[in-house]
Amino acid sequence: MMLPSLLSSLILIPAVGALALLVLRGDDHKFIRGLSLGVATFEFLFSLLLLKKMDFSASGYQLEENFHWISAPPIHYHVGVDGLSVFLVILTTFLTAISVIASWNSIHERVKEFFVVLLMLEVGIIGVFLSLDLFLFFLFWEVMLIPMAFLIGIWGHGRKIYAAVKFVLYTMAGSILMLVGIIWLYNVTGTFDLPQIQQALQASPELLGKTVEIAQRNELLLFLAFFVAFAIKVPLFPLHTWLPDAHVEAPTAGSVILAGVLLKMGTYGMMRFCLPLFPHASREQRWWIVLLAIIGIIYGALVALVQPNLKKLVAYSSVSHLGFVVLGIFTFGTIGIQGAIYQMLAHGISTGALFLLVGMLYDRRHTFEISDYGGLATPMPKLSAFFLFVALSSLGLPMLNGFVGEYLILLGTYVTNWKWATWAATGVILSACYLLWAYQRVFFGEVTQEKNRALPDASWRERGILFAMAVITLWMGIGSAYFTRRTATAAETIRQEMMRAGDTMPQEAMSPSDGAGTKISLERSGNR
Amino acid sequence: MPTPMLDHLWIIPLLPLLGATTNGLFGKNWPNKVVNGVALNATGFSFLAALEAVREFIYVRNQELFRKEFFDWIVIPNLVSGGNLFRAGFDLQMDQLTVVMVLVVTGVGFLIHIYSTGYMAHEGGYYRFFSYLNLFMFFMLILVLAANYVLLFVGWEGVGLSSYLLIGFYFLKKSASDAGKKAFIVNRIGDFGFMLGMFLLFKTFGTLDFTQLFAKAEPWSHEGWGQFGTFTVACLLLFMGACGKSAQLPLYVWLPDAMEGPTPVSALIHAATMVTAGVYVVARSHILFTHSEIAMVVVAIVGCATAFFAATIGLVQTDIKRVLAYSTVSQLGYMFLGCGVGAFGAGIFHLMTHAFFKALLFLAAGSVIHAMGGEQNMLHMGGLSKKIKVTYWTMLIATLAIAGFPPLAGFFSKDSILYAAFIREPGGHPLYIVGLLTALLTSFYMFRLIFLTFHGQQRYDEHHVHVHESPWSMLGPLAILAVLSIIGGWMAAPSFWGGEDHFASFLTPVFGVAHEAEGAMSEAAAHKLELSLAFVAVVAALIGLLTAFWLYLKQPGKPAEIAKSLKPIYTSLYNKYYVDELYGAAIVKPLLAISTNVLWKVIDVEAIDGTVNGIAHGATATGDVARRTQSGNTRSYAVWVVIGALAVLVIIFWPAIRALAGGAQ
Repeated sequence: MMLPSLLSSLILIPAVGALALLVLRGDDHKFIRGLSLGVATFEFLFSLLLLKKMDFSASGYQLEENFHWISAPPIHYHVGVDGLSVFLVILTTFLTAISVIASWNSIHERVKEFFVVLLMLEVGIIGVFLSLDLFLFFLFWEVMLIPMAFLIGIWGHGRKIYAAVKFVLYTMAGSILMLVGIIWLYNVTGTFDLPQIQQALQASPELLGKTVEIAQRNELLLFLAFFVAFAIKVPLFPLHTWLPDAHVEAPTAGSVILAGVLLKMGTYGMMRFCLPLFPHASREQRWWIVLLAIIGIIYGALVALVQPNLKKLVAYSSVSHLGFVVLGIFTFGTIGIQGAIYQMLAHGISTGALFLLVGMLYDRRHTFEISDYGGLATPMPKLSAFFLFVALSSLGLPMLNGFVGEYLILLGTYVTNWKWATWAATGVILSACYLLWAYQRVFFGEVTQEKNRALPDASWRERGILFAMAVITLWMGIGSAYFTRRTATAAETIRQEMMRAGDTMPQEAMSPSDGAGTKISLERSGNR
Repeated sequence: MPTPMLDHLWIIPLLPLLGATTNGLFGKNWPNKVVNGVALNATGFSFLAALEAVREFIYVRNQELFRKEFFDWIVIPNLVSGGNLFRAGFDLQMDQLTVVMVLVVTGVGFLIHIYSTGYMAHEGGYYRFFSYLNLFMFFMLILVLAANYVLLFVGWEGVGLSSYLLIGFYFLKKSASDAGKKAFIVNRIGDFGFMLGMFLLFKTFGTLDFTQLFAKAEPWSHEGWGQFGTFTVACLLLFMGACGKSAQLPLYVWLPDAMEGPTPVSALIHAATMVTAGVYVVARSHILFTHSEIAMVVVAIVGCATAFFAATIGLVQTDIKRVLAYSTVSQLGYMFLGCGVGAFGAGIFHLMTHAFFKALLFLAAGSVIHAMGGEQNMLHMGGLSKKIKVTYWTMLIATLAIAGFPPLAGFFSKDSILYAAFIREPGGHPLYIVGLLTALLTSFYMFRLIFLTFHGQQRYDEHHVHVHESPWSMLGPLAILAVLSIIGGWMAAPSFWGGEDHFASFLTPVFGVAHEAEGAMSEAAAHKLELSLAFVAVVAALIGLLTAFWLYLKQPGKPAEIAKSLKPIYTSLYNKYYVDELYGAAIVKPLLAISTNVLWKVIDVEAIDGTVNGIAHGATATGDVARRTQSGNTRSYAVWVVIGALAVLVIIFWPAIRALAGGAQ
């Protein structure tokens, strides 16, 4: 089968699905759900084709499509994929399909609109990951915002409007800065095309200013314009306060997509734009970014520890886990970046699964308060087994997916700076504390409330979703080499793109593959 | 010669994993027979496979290290210069140390599985229990078979998980789930150090594979006193992990609480195997440890201090399992003492004999508890020796063994540790004295346990408790372990006992020749010294026995009197020196309070969100002011029109105005 426009199809399939849903009758909920599931599943399977079509050993973007769109200014419809984005795209299509199933019985109002919005959200996210034209990127970045805000604002609970508005304003504040940055870049390079901008900046850093000082100052401003937008999305401490609100009020599907993929747009942006385009500023500003990442790891975990609200607890755990990702990225080393990429995927699965589970509890009891639960292992042994499994993956038990990313990030960080790694590694202790404590309070002990005594265990539909998540968790934990081998080129490319004329390639702190370490170390020993 | 079992070494851990998943997924509705059939077969065949692998290792490969890479687990390819920047493979290995560990784990594990079929027969969640137990076997075997630190860490964390699940097996009880959580978290604190230790080793040597790493580390110069080099720091970090797993000071607090788990679990995980993992890691890393003077001394001192400290707590506990728990902590301290003074072989030897007699003690205690219908308080027992004879005799053998009476297993292993401590230069003598004192205490509290439980007056109501001997599924393992507790030490009998110390010579390829300090002495002098030390140790054990006999059988009122006269000491011992309370007050409570009252409610809600909402309100307020201009009032619009028109006029005619003004000047 020839697919000249594989990537465009990926963007269009959910859009067409959404359109089809819109024009069809709105009262046959079964049909709407079925159609949405069909579209989402097809999209997921279709996205798996990427793995077959891509050559993971080749550097640069693949399956590119580049069309003229607007001539003045020259905006192109330019999409492409590489080792960094391909798994994020697949994660998106997978979690969307899962979300459709998860929303089967929990959405009762505006069912048609719900699925339309969900599919449009998918369009936006995939567009973000595939865009290679800064204007197009920005467009998708904003497009994605609207359906997400609707998901929270319409199908959410509690202070949903507040949460939705907060989410939109926070993100907008960042994206306005990014827009300024994009336009500035266009002014100096004359193009919106990412590969061209990259080449131009790499070949002649003086584009950004007449003297070195001005160039570096401008680079810093540009870096900040992009970085703040991404840091809000991640979210990096202290820009994270939209996240707990958005998560708690969002419906399950919204939370899954939000934690699973949306947050990764921030860390993706850092790897795709901040590091390669503004390497000097990235290096110069690293100290406080790393500091904030580490604060986020510890702070997020500590605040998660004392949350009385289960969903908020998971939300704050995301702040902690994403702190690890930012830390890994800003080691600028292969191990750290690889770990960060892997952790993005692992977190998508495990936190996605945690939100699914919390949603299943909510469907039964309509509360997120931990104190309303207790002793649930007795009425629902299966659900509690799944919950434990996912919690273990989230706290980084080896052989499950959370461990690999965390380990690689900490290892990469340690090689760069042992103090950072030491502080960050306390997150490993704290994650065990908040997850196991929450688990104990929800599932162990006698059933404390009469209402909880007869709660039904996981249904077949729920078990199916959870089983799929569990299998992936296990597979990612054991077969992590499958991923790291395929993201290696992308990680290496980031490191190379960070080079400017006159730079020498920064070496990894050590080269384990050769045996030279022994000889050097003999001389070194004793005087450390 | 082919070595089929070694080539498929993964089968040994895989069998228990299969058992665990089979029972875990499908066992719920199966009858007990099927469930334990699956579990016993998994462990039993794993034991047989281990035996075959050991046979091949010894007879086919002539004890040459076997190592095989099965698949890449975590890999970061190096695209610049080829190869891998980092690789953690599913690589298994077999050397002499592994042989000991694998046989202990599968052998004792199998016996405890058999025992559990009887002990757990009437408990709910039978399938769950065996599934967890098999899962534990899987991770423990990974731990001892792993050929690199990262895979070892898989087993390391995995046994922690199984321990968490099994301690919290009775999850309806808050104390049980608390204990499980505590065990996991305290272990995680140790693992924090373990991970950093791994990172430092990787940063320095570029690999975490045992063979490569040790080969690279070997030629490095040693770090003496006051040198905090790579080895010292890395070893201390690894030892932090070992302190967590093997319940040493100051991370031992989880182990006594772990007794909330079913008794077979206490025997298998919290006495015989898992808690010895820390000792195993230190022994496995002996090349690193021996490079650092400080690390060795720290290991020795922590081990010695823990041995004594835990023994003192054990003196006054009344719960039969708690006594054994503190005894385990204490004995683990002995093992670390052995490692710390350089006698790794002796440490591992004590690990093995301890696995026999401590597993036996726990299983026998379980049989007592079983007989007493769940009673664990020794003050409510007494005079059981005639009613449960097999239990009594086996437990007595184990007690003699742990107290160090010849020719039982504990005598040889404890003696070789004390001997190694004695001859360590410099500073061995204080370690030896504390170790000897601990031996006396051990003998005392163990015989206290025996006398309180089996002798003296009956202190329970016969109408409520129907004492009965346990079924043969439980007594069989007791008998086998009793035999092992008797003869288990003989293989390491030193030459003056007519033995050849096979154990030490077997481990020599791993640890090198033991007792370097011995070199200074003549063989005859060494023998003489060893013999006199053994004599002193036996005397100490006898003193402990007789004191217990006098206090608990001859003068049963005395202990209470002593407790009264030494009230402050007694209560602080009984309350375990209030260490748990101290940790709670110094760490847990402040952490929770700060997280809630500062981080969350002030920084998050007030400061950050307050600012965000403040900006939002500011924007709204500005909009509000701006909105007033559009009041809909015609008259105010007219005023604005006039003002606007005037402004426009001023702007248009500004040059003229300036000219006029200039002209006026």
